[in-house]
Amino acid sequence: MTTTHETTNGAAERPSGLAGIPLLPADATKQTKKDFTSDQEVRWCPGCGDYAILAAVQGFLPELGLKRENITFVSGIGCSSRFPYYLDTYGMHSIHGRAPAIATGLATSRPDQNVWVVTGDGDALSIGGNHLIHALRRNVNLTILLFNNEIYGLTKGQYSPTSRVGQVTKSTPMGSVDQPFNPVSLALGAEATFVARTMDSDRKHLTSILRAAAEHRGTSLVEIYQNCPIFNDGAFELIKDRSQQEARIVHLVDGSPVEVGPEDDRKTLVRMPGGRLEFVSASELSEDSDVVVHDAGAESPAQAFELSRLDSPEMTHVPMGIFRSVSRPTYDDGVRAQVQAAVDTAGGPATDDDLAALLRGRDTWTVA
Amino acid sequence: MSSKSVQKLDRVVIRFAGDSGDGMQLTGDRFTSETAAMGNDLSTLPNFPAEIRAPQGTLPGVSSFQLHFADHDVLTPGDSPDVLVAMNPAALKANIGDVPRGATIIVNTDEFTSRNLKKVGYDQSPLDDGSLESFHVHAVPLTSITVDALEKFEGLTRKEKERAKNMFALGLLSWMYTRPTTGTEQFLTKKFGAHPEVLEANLTALRAGWNYGETTEDFASSFEIAPATMPPGTYRNITGNTALAHGLVAAAHKAQLPLVLGSYPITPASDILHALSGLKRHDVTTIQAEDEIAGIGIALGASFGGAIGVTTTSGPGLALKSETIGLAVSLELPLVIVDVQRGGPSTGLPTKTEQADLLQALYGRNGESPVPVIAPSTPADCFDAAFEAVRIATAYRTPVILLSDGYLANGSEPWAVPEVADLPDLRVEFATEPNGTDDKGEPVFHPFLRDPDTLARPWAVPGTAGLEHRIGGIEKADVTGNISYDPDNHDHMTRLRAAKVAGIAGIPDVAVEDPTGDAKVLVLGWGSTQGPIAAAVRAVRNAGHSVASAHVRHLNPFPANLGEVLRSYDRVVVPEMNLGQLSMLLRAEYLVDVRPHTSVRGLPFSTVDLADAILTHLEEVQ
Repeated sequence: MTTTHETTNGAAERPSGLAGIPLLPADATKQTKKDFTSDQEVRWCPGCGDYAILAAVQGFLPELGLKRENITFVSGIGCSSRFPYYLDTYGMHSIHGRAPAIATGLATSRPDQNVWVVTGDGDALSIGGNHLIHALRRNVNLTILLFNNEIYGLTKGQYSPTSRVGQVTKSTPMGSVDQPFNPVSLALGAEATFVARTMDSDRKHLTSILRAAAEHRGTSLVEIYQNCPIFNDGAFELIKDRSQQEARIVHLVDGSPVEVGPEDDRKTLVRMPGGRLEFVSASELSEDSDVVVHDAGAESPAQAFELSRLDSPEMTHVPMGIFRSVSRPTYDDGVRAQVQAAVDTAGGPATDDDLAALLRGRDTWTVA
Repeated sequence: MSSKSVQKLDRVVIRFAGDSGDGMQLTGDRFTSETAAMGNDLSTLPNFPAEIRAPQGTLPGVSSFQLHFADHDVLTPGDSPDVLVAMNPAALKANIGDVPRGATIIVNTDEFTSRNLKKVGYDQSPLDDGSLESFHVHAVPLTSITVDALEKFEGLTRKEKERAKNMFALGLLSWMYTRPTTGTEQFLTKKFGAHPEVLEANLTALRAGWNYGETTEDFASSFEIAPATMPPGTYRNITGNTALAHGLVAAAHKAQLPLVLGSYPITPASDILHALSGLKRHDVTTIQAEDEIAGIGIALGASFGGAIGVTTTSGPGLALKSETIGLAVSLELPLVIVDVQRGGPSTGLPTKTEQADLLQALYGRNGESPVPVIAPSTPADCFDAAFEAVRIATAYRTPVILLSDGYLANGSEPWAVPEVADLPDLRVEFATEPNGTDDKGEPVFHPFLRDPDTLARPWAVPGTAGLEHRIGGIEKADVTGNISYDPDNHDHMTRLRAAKVAGIAGIPDVAVEDPTGDAKVLVLGWGSTQGPIAAAVRAVRNAGHSVASAHVRHLNPFPANLGEVLRSYDRVVVPEMNLGQLSMLLRAEYLVDVRPHTSVRGLPFSTVDLADAILTHLEEVQ
């Protein structure tokens, strides 16, 4: 039985996700949730999970110690994408699926901005799937909040790329035959350096994940299970119901064995002969059991991917927490470093003479 | 000094043609540089297949480069070559139709094997069957002479030696037209510096070609073309794509803002991405995006952050970017979209030119979505047009579409390099303070409160304290920018956005050239048709006729005097490389019976054909 844990990437060595962004002066008045609340009336449906997420984000942002003008939220299209309007920061509500691309342009050209992307399962995984995977692979310094309600809400109830097989919606009256994406598996496959999952109704867990995601340098993807009370109510009821959630939610704790269930009926994840993962009860554990210890910092995403595959439509076991958090050079840092190196090598910013030399090129002639 | 006679000519059109792998573009480029160094005015037309390497020796694999140079101002790359260099039977077959009787043809006889002849459908060699009787043919075994000249290079394979035959051809042509080869020698030294033997072989082939012309009895004389009389200044030769990239960089420099390019590779625009990628030293950031949509999204995100966001593409890419252009119209942020037009629809003719994206640029978006459109007229004009696009984008906070085309992109001409100090100042003022008060009298920022003169909204970039605001593609209330579904507000905002673009200042009147002052026919062009139109008009005037000409550079908004100009002539003829798009716009806008003259052959207009068309119109209005 292995219990020791070796991190491949020590948290202390990582550059912060906030590096390069001016902080509030130490003697500044402490910010509150109110400072991040805009004057716009929030227009989501009563009971929408988005309210809880908005409250958590507004409540969390003061913790960052940043000036409001150094925070930008970019969104696409969908119910969740109205998010920027309700925050008193800079924001852009853009077009369907394209927020990661727009945010990449902003984050690369403005290292002093803390850039967030708010998106949904349709926006990020359907129309914007290409931009999402490329942002993840590039590792641009962005925090992406993916609200997953497994339905199209704004267009009034069609199935989404995370809707379950068989789901009856307005566009699948006989049940969906479409295989859904697992957003965590997808992100891990796209070389994501930070992947986590949390839930709208668990404010404490949500806030802790937001904190870790914001501190991560590179693209952080946070999948947030979010209830749509109108078109897909109760999609996550099995893990929200207090009587059931303890038996179903697998809280991932870095460096600890992967376990589920109440204290008196704890099950531990074990790698069986042949490689398959299985939860076994305490009585079935032995000295020889190959207990799975979560290692979010592992260089290979293989085990994190296996954990993401514990998901099933029946929600028997649902992992929550940080699947992966590794350090890798970010795209925007790399791009800026090249521009800076080129400027430095040339002896500083281009002067009029430098521009004149560029325009003349190497081969000129003079007509008198 | 040459021992042979030297004849003076005033103009020559040379076409180098060979297989895609024969290095014809390089040969043409080098001959162009030598010609520019001589002080001749010139214009070039590269013409190559979309396939990287079509099967060797076949018609689809033929690549050519045409150069027109003269002792006077040159307006086009020329209709028909005075000299054709054909490196194989395919090159001869593909080009012979353009060569007028009496012209010179230099063929590489080594490639005229029965197998190669058969590949392109020649039953007999045209060198032997008398079909080239009316041409002046020089049959030169270019390959074998080159290989013989390189005999001493034991480290090189026969194939490597054969590859130097383009340098032999360049040397021969350089002798024929008394071009200096020092520039090419320096170029080769730089290119092959790391491979001394390859360098020496290429230099040897170049000199062997020169010496062949000098000594062989086949070439009786060489030719001299005196330098052209051009206005005083410092000149360089430049392609449209390079000029366009430099124009963007110069504009960013004069605006004192970083330039951020988001782009996806596409022919014939990719060279702008390549050029800008090499200019990081000028605070240029280039991001090769995952697709066309991401390219423009990146540019727009950078513009939101206070940079000059640019995206470069060709027609199919413009189609993909249209939704984001609409967003930029709605957000009212600066953005420059470069469309280097090519033959369409769909993939069309990727390496050939066309002007058929005009209506797409103007109207290819949902809703009322006005966008200024500018089209450069010559390769060098791409510099000024790019500069102008940035001026309008930043001053009016609007996306601007720049319509270049494949002919301008790859063609080149001498360019009088401007003085940096003479370029207009493009600095903009970012918003720094609240510009209004709320109902409690507290200072607030209104992101859609407009400048009364330009109707531009404030450019308030993230990082500016106190101006935090949200913008988006949903209709916004005038002044406050809050979401608004109010019918009157939408009508008002739609008209405001249209008025802002319609009211763009600094667009010069159309200048009409009517030397006799009594012309009844006006020939009006836009974009890259300027050169062919000017050449055709010149030919018509030289034949003793009166004809007026004018050129439109701003396609939206049109120059203020355009309607008046159109109405001053009995007939207006608009030549364009599409099926009459500008004609349609002019008819709709000005109710003038504009006559289109159109061609979509992937090639610029032939001067002769255009002159004939103009003469027909002249006869009709007599």
